[in-house]
Order: sequence, then structure tokens, then C-alpha cells
Amino acid sequence: MDRDEKRERREVFMTVSGAPIKRKYGPEDVADLDYQRDLGDPGCYPYTRGIHETMYRGRVWTMRQFAGFGTAEQSNERYKYLLEQGQTGLSVAFDMPTIMGYDSDHPRADGEVGKLGVAVDSLADMEILFDGIPLDKVTTSMTINAPAAILLAMYIAVAEKQGVSPRDIGGTIQNDILKEYIAQKSYIFPPRPSLRLITDIFAYCAEHVPRWNTISISGYHIREAGSTAVQELAFTLANGMAYVQAGIDAGLDVDSFAPRLSFFFNAHNDLFEEVAKFRAARRIWARVMRERFGAQNPRSWLLRFHTQTAGCSLTAQQPEVNIIRTTIQALAGVLGGTQSLHTNSMDEAWALPSADAVRIALRTQQVLAEESGVANTIDPLGGSYFVEALTDRMEREAQEYFDRIERLGGVVAAIEAGFQQREIADAAYRYQKRVESGEYTVVGVNKYLIEEELKIPLLRIDPDVQARQIERTRRVRRERDEVEVRRCLRDLEEGARGDANLMPLILAAVKAYATLGEIVDVFRTVFGEYRERAIF
Amino acid sequence: MERTIRVLVGKPGLDGHDRGAKVVARAYRDAGMEVIYTGLHQTPEQIVQAAVQEDVDVVALSILSGAHNTLVPKVIEGLKREGLDDVLVLVGGIIPEEDVEFLKKAGVAGVFGPGTPTSEIIEFTRENVKRK
Amino acid sequence: MNIEELASRLLNQDKRALARAISLIEDGGVEARALMKRIYPNTGRAAVVGVTGAPGVGKSTLVDGLTAYYRQQGLRVGVLAVDPTSPFTGGAILGDRIRMQERGTDPDVFIRSLASRGQVGGLSRATGDSIRAMDAFGKDIILVETVGAGQGEVEVMRYAHTTLVVLMPGGGDEIQAIKAGILEIGDILVVNKADMEGADRLVRDLEMMLDLGPESPWRPPVMKTVASRGAGVAALAEKIEEHRQYLISSGGLDRKKLDQVSSQVEEIVASSLLAEVMSRARAAGTWQEVVDRLSEGTLDPYTAAEEVLSRHGLLSEEG
Repeated sequence: MDRDEKRERREVFMTVSGAPIKRKYGPEDVADLDYQRDLGDPGCYPYTRGIHETMYRGRVWTMRQFAGFGTAEQSNERYKYLLEQGQTGLSVAFDMPTIMGYDSDHPRADGEVGKLGVAVDSLADMEILFDGIPLDKVTTSMTINAPAAILLAMYIAVAEKQGVSPRDIGGTIQNDILKEYIAQKSYIFPPRPSLRLITDIFAYCAEHVPRWNTISISGYHIREAGSTAVQELAFTLANGMAYVQAGIDAGLDVDSFAPRLSFFFNAHNDLFEEVAKFRAARRIWARVMRERFGAQNPRSWLLRFHTQTAGCSLTAQQPEVNIIRTTIQALAGVLGGTQSLHTNSMDEAWALPSADAVRIALRTQQVLAEESGVANTIDPLGGSYFVEALTDRMEREAQEYFDRIERLGGVVAAIEAGFQQREIADAAYRYQKRVESGEYTVVGVNKYLIEEELKIPLLRIDPDVQARQIERTRRVRRERDEVEVRRCLRDLEEGARGDANLMPLILAAVKAYATLGEIVDVFRTVFGEYRERAIF
Repeated sequence: MERTIRVLVGKPGLDGHDRGAKVVARAYRDAGMEVIYTGLHQTPEQIVQAAVQEDVDVVALSILSGAHNTLVPKVIEGLKREGLDDVLVLVGGIIPEEDVEFLKKAGVAGVFGPGTPTSEIIEFTRENVKRK
Repeated sequence: MNIEELASRLLNQDKRALARAISLIEDGGVEARALMKRIYPNTGRAAVVGVTGAPGVGKSTLVDGLTAYYRQQGLRVGVLAVDPTSPFTGGAILGDRIRMQERGTDPDVFIRSLASRGQVGGLSRATGDSIRAMDAFGKDIILVETVGAGQGEVEVMRYAHTTLVVLMPGGGDEIQAIKAGILEIGDILVVNKADMEGADRLVRDLEMMLDLGPESPWRPPVMKTVASRGAGVAALAEKIEEHRQYLISSGGLDRKKLDQVSSQVEEIVASSLLAEVMSRARAAGTWQEVVDRLSEGTLDPYTAAEEVLSRHGLLSEEG
């Protein structure tokens, strides 16, 4: 062969994360691999191949499209539509004021009510949101973090009003505050009191709401903020370990809460890198839980996760192409053994998805599950030289991050020093430069451009939503038993200053129709507010 | 000597998605400009006062919460009230086409949607800075 | 806007004029000098407090806390956040306002960020003159915050009447601070984040170090704060006032001010001379000639400088 024939298209081939990839992988790359030790059959430690013996042959993943906008009535209508279309679980998006702990009539909420999700100020909104949806029949995932305890309390209260026992409701709250400081920045209180709220939820649910996933430890937002795949993996699992440690430090038995921990990952463009990430995640978690934390219950060893396709990979240009990106990303989630999946809609680079766009996104999952055949066998990429080598490398590089975080004094100290934030900002800037130099192709953005007018029908939020929502909340405040509300809030403040479990006090306050903002204000007074350093 | 361009990069509103703001801040810095990064969760008044005190040439706002039609006009009114008519106001983020017109009428010089190269933003800034 | 108008607006407490004045000062041209001449008679009243320390010790939060305290006392506060660490490109990202954002909307608080712009001594001069501009504007107290990373902040801190060196437990930054000579410039040592493990040990270590140091009529006190909760801030402010009273009664304040202003004169002379010599050398072609020979490798930098000075500067007369 002459030199020209050996020449390749580029000098270095890299994943979307910038990890170098060799021309070929072979037996030498997996020479150290021991099947029983490192992979195990599906359903067997260390669960690299999957957490269930039958996986999708038993039951396909849960198709869970994230939705919520405007008022509780509008969201309720969308949920019923999605359930009719064959969706199997609900996933609630809240608006920014709710996420940040402001009622709709707070000055800081102006212009944001109902925009990125549904506004929930009080139990009255929650009652409407789930009206006609039997909470013992569906599971509900709520994307809420700093005020998670309050929204969970409202959900429990609605269930009780439907006559459903808290023991029979199922679902997930995101409740992952550490990644907020690292990536998504929807924090309210400083880390230490925030961790206390989380361990209070662990303890309360272990006893009263046993089917609830008390936390969804999320790499999704870390990736959306621009991290690499390895950073997503490492920072997320490091956060997971920090929660487990916090639970143990709060005096809980690890096996009492660890089985209810769940994870939430991003599925980005690079198919094999993503599959390797999911497989490595399961293996690392199983080993950490058994060996480091001494968990005895095999359910504590399982890394169960939800996947969402990468919002940050979507382009405003030629939006139909997003359907194809989403398909590949969803495939990565499925080949990686996800328990549930959200596929993004093609218009999500622009706005909340329209109903048609959501339907196509859901159909993408249905094609994968029922037409493609990929759900017929478990971990079909297991044993691939390439995928196993990538899985090993992911685990190794994640371990390097765990060590660095440990040297900085643990996750919280590293956050306060800005370590993870800086790593992510660096990666995001590197990626931006790769795209701008053309080194990394984004179809329709830096290559294969066309003249186009953006003509996707966009879901617009009715500007009256804010006024209507404010009106409802003011009515709730007028009609409730004010003395009872004040008493509940006083108890709550006292509890927050001491070390009582706050969940029962929050539950009492929401049942008295204390608003989210009022409850959060109590915590703001006692705990203070977090403010980040500028990290570049 | 050419005057150093000072740019305020800020995020009004409640959303915390600062990836874009940080990338743009770095790009401005690497282009030799001074960036005053005011961080997240800013009220329009905080941005206006920072712009006054820091004597910036440019106010670059990143908004992904959909609240741009409420927040941006408040910033611009505030700048005018303080006599900062010569400040270039830019908006980046997810802004639907019909809102771009509205924002430009309100006084925004440039709106940059997803996928805009930072080089384009910097070039636009250099060409349109009003105080030379 | 002409300089006379700018100066009178500044003296009339027009915030925009102060902002613009500081920009002129940063640019460092003849206009800035004209402005400074005009407002100099109105300076000398404000108390200037420097706050320095390693990244992450909580300087901005502490400055925010002190600002809140002084505002409660009805004092008008200026804050200069100085970043001497900006890189070569000339660009910089200044993020210290983040921790002070609520204060920024108080009409009696003025916060300004300064970056170094490459010229030697430029930041130091800009800081000194910006302090004067804030002083002339009518600020009662001016807090100058700078990150402690070496020589840069030592230069900047000589404008402060009272310098706080901020440390935190853990991470061994106290060792760093000693190495960098930062501890020595501290009139008050502040252990921030004092609710963290190791705070008491750090206080003891610092006290021991002070015991070993030279005898001085003002022994720097070691104060504990938790700036994020405002704890210890009032006591710290009282200590700052105590130091100010000490300076006044010992004559140290006047001495400091005189030192500052005379070294500034030195600086102005030096930079004017430099500018003059360089512009003559450039105009006469000497500069290009020297550069060419440097690039050929036929000239060393010392001889080069002597040649420039002997042809266009003062060396010819002196030696």
C-alpha cells in the first residue's frame, strides 16, 4: 500500500466530547476484561449489561415526555392527551418562578409565569393539575429541585384528597441540588441546608411514601451546560455518592434509602460514547455502593436511570434534522439500557414543543421499541472491542475526577471552589471553538446550510396566563384560614431552626394552602440564599 | 491607543442557563474586551445600575426563559432614564422571529439566536459600538 | 463632554460622571490628568480600606457585608474591585459584582471593576486615581478589593489606609499568603468562613506568627467572620475604625497620604519621562535601529537601553 491509501480524512478522530478514537479496536484493548468481574450477565453484579434479567424483553422502557406550560388547566389537558396517545408516565415541567420559589405575583416572576412550565403556587393549582388523573394508576416525575419537598408534599396532599394512600403513589422528584450549583443554577439556599432538606425527604419517604424515587441524580443538565461525556458521568456519580454520604451522616441506614435513588442522563450525538457512558455508570455505581458504602441490599447497587435526548444538540436551523438527531440519541439510551426515555421534539431549540412535534417524538420511541428490533436482546453492543474499551476508559477517567474532587475536600467544597463549574465552562468553550472552526460538524449550522425561513408552528403562551394565575393565588390567600397558615409557617420556621424532619411540617403548611413562596421565604430567612462566584 | 471596549454580560430573569453567556463572555475577553459579568438572576434595575457604574459600551443580555419581552424593555427604559442612550444593547437566546421585531423596536441593536458564531457577535459589537 | 463639565458634574455627585471619569482614568490620557488636577482639591476626606486575599476566601462577600454595615451607619460607600490577574490579550472578565448585586441598586453605593490593561504600573495608578475620584465624589468610605496573587495587590494596597488580609481555614492558603508577602501588608487579619473546621487553629497559627514578628505599636488583630451570614462584620468594622483612629493619633495617616502622593509624583515623572524618551527615540528612528540590531543578535538589551537613553534621554548628561 502506498502512503496515500493509508491517509485518513483527518489527523485525529474525536467524539463530540473531544475524546480521541483509534482506527480500530481489537482483542488487545479488552485483554484485561473479565466477564464475571467486569460485565456480568444482565441482572447480575456489577450490572454493566443491565439491571434486569429480562430488560426490554420483559417490559420496554417507560416513555415519559416532559410537559407542562401555562396554567394548571392547560397542562392537565396536555397530560390527558399524552396518556391517550399511549404515554405511560407523566413528567411535569414547572415554570421558573415555581422552580426558584417565587409565587406568581412576586415582582421577580413578572414575565415568566407559565412560560417554561406550569405555574404552581399552592395546593389549589396542584389539585387542578392532576384533576381526573388517578394518582394510584400513573407515575409522575416532577422536575423540581430547591423546593422539591414542597411540591412532593402537594402531590401527597392531592393523592390523599383522591382517597389514594401515600403508600400507593409512585413517581420521582428531581431533588438534585448539587447539580444546580454545578450546572443548571436553579438554586435557592446554600448547599448544607439544601442537603438537609434532601435527607429529610429520604427519611420521610422511606417510612411513608415507599414507592417514591426521592431523587433523580442528574447528569442531564451538566451535559447541557457544555460538559464532556466523562464529566457528566463523573460529576453525577460524585454527586450521588455525596447524597449517600449525607444520608448516612444523617443517621439513615444506607439500604433504607439507596434503593430509591435514581439517575437521569443525557443522550448526546456520539452513539458509542453514550452507550459506554451508561454501561460504565452502572458498573461504577454498583461497585461504589457495595464496596465503599457497604450496602447489603442488591437493590441499593442498581443504577436505574432516565434518559433525555440532548436539548443542546438541537438546532434552530433546518429543525426537521432534529428528528434524526433525536432518533440516534434515543437509540443510544436504549442500547445503554435506560429505564425511561424522553425524546426531544424538533422545535425545542425554539420553544416549548407543540402537540404535533411531541407526537413525532413519542413515535420515535415507539418505532425503536416495536419496529427496529433493538429491544429484542439485552446489551447488544456488549463484547464489542470498541464499546468495552470505551466503557473502561470512561470508568478510568471518571475515577480521576473522583480523586480530584476528593482532594479538594469533597463535592461541596469543590463546588464552592468552582472546580466543576470551571471544568464545564472550559469544555463548553472548547466545543464552541471546534464548531466555529469547522472541526466539528453541526449539520445545518456550520455545514450544509440552506436559505430558509423558520416556519415551525410555535406554541405561544397566552399572555393572560400570568394575570389569571395571580388572580387564582390571591383568591386562595383570601379564602384560606389565615390563622392556621400563620401557625403552620411558625412551626415550620421553628423546625427549620432546629433539626426536626421538615416534611410533616411542610405537608401541614401546604394542606393549609400556604403558598410555595411563603414556605420558601421561611427557609430563605432561616437558611439564607446562595450566590455563586464568577467562574471562568 | 484604541479605547478598550467594556461589555456587560448579564442574565436578567430567573433562568440559570449560563452556558451561552459564559461562552460569549470568554469570546469577548479573547477579543481583547473587558467583560463585566454580572451573573445570574438579575433584575433589570441591577443591570441598569451596573451599566451606569461600570460605564460600559455594550449591554449583552442572555435570556432563555421566554421572558424577554418583559425584561428587555425594562432594561432599555432604565438605561434611557439614566441617560445611557449611547449604550449598545444586544440580546442572545431563544427569541422567536416575531419577537425579534418587537425587541428591535424597543431599542435592541442585535438579536442573536442559537447557533450564532461568537465571531459574528464580536464583529457586530466592534462595528456598532457607539462611543468610539 | 469637556473636562470642566465632567469635573463639576462629578463634584455634584452625578454617578454617570464618576463612571465616565474612572474610564478616562483607566485610559490614562491627558484628559485624565486634567481631570485629576481639577478634582484633587476635593479629595482627602474618605477612609480607604483595602481587602485582599487568595481567590475563594470570600473577599467579595466580606466587602458586601461591610458595605451593608456602613450603609446602616448612613455612610456613602464606594467599592473598587480590582483584578490584577488579567491575561495578555488585554481582555478580562470581571465578576466581583456578582456577590454585591443587591447593593448595586442602592443609590449611595457605587461599585466599579478595574482590570489591568497591560501597562506596568497602570493598574496601580488607575486604582489610586479612581479612589480619588470616588473621594471627590463624596464617598465616605472606599473599599478596594483585590485578589491576592503576588506583587499586583501589594502595589494596589498601598493606597489603602487600612488593609485587611482575608484568609480561610483549610487549603493551606495561609502559607501561600506568607510566601507572597501578603500577610505583612495586613493591618487586620481576617479569618473568614470561621464556621468551618480548622478556623480556631488558623487563628492560633496567625497569632503565633505575629508573636514572632517585629514589635510594633499596632499589632494586627486577628478577626473571625462568616461573611455569608454577616457574622463578625460589625466587630470587624469597629476594628477598622480603631485602626483609623490609631493612624490619626500617631500621625501615620498623614504620613501614609504623603507617601502615597509623593510616590505618585515619582510615578508620574517616570511615566512621563518614559513616554517622552520613547516618542523621541521612535521619531528619530533610533528605536527601529535598536530593534533591528536586537533581532540580528548584534546588540544586547542593556547596551540598547543605554544607547536610547544616551541619545534621547538623560544618561548623556549624567554619565
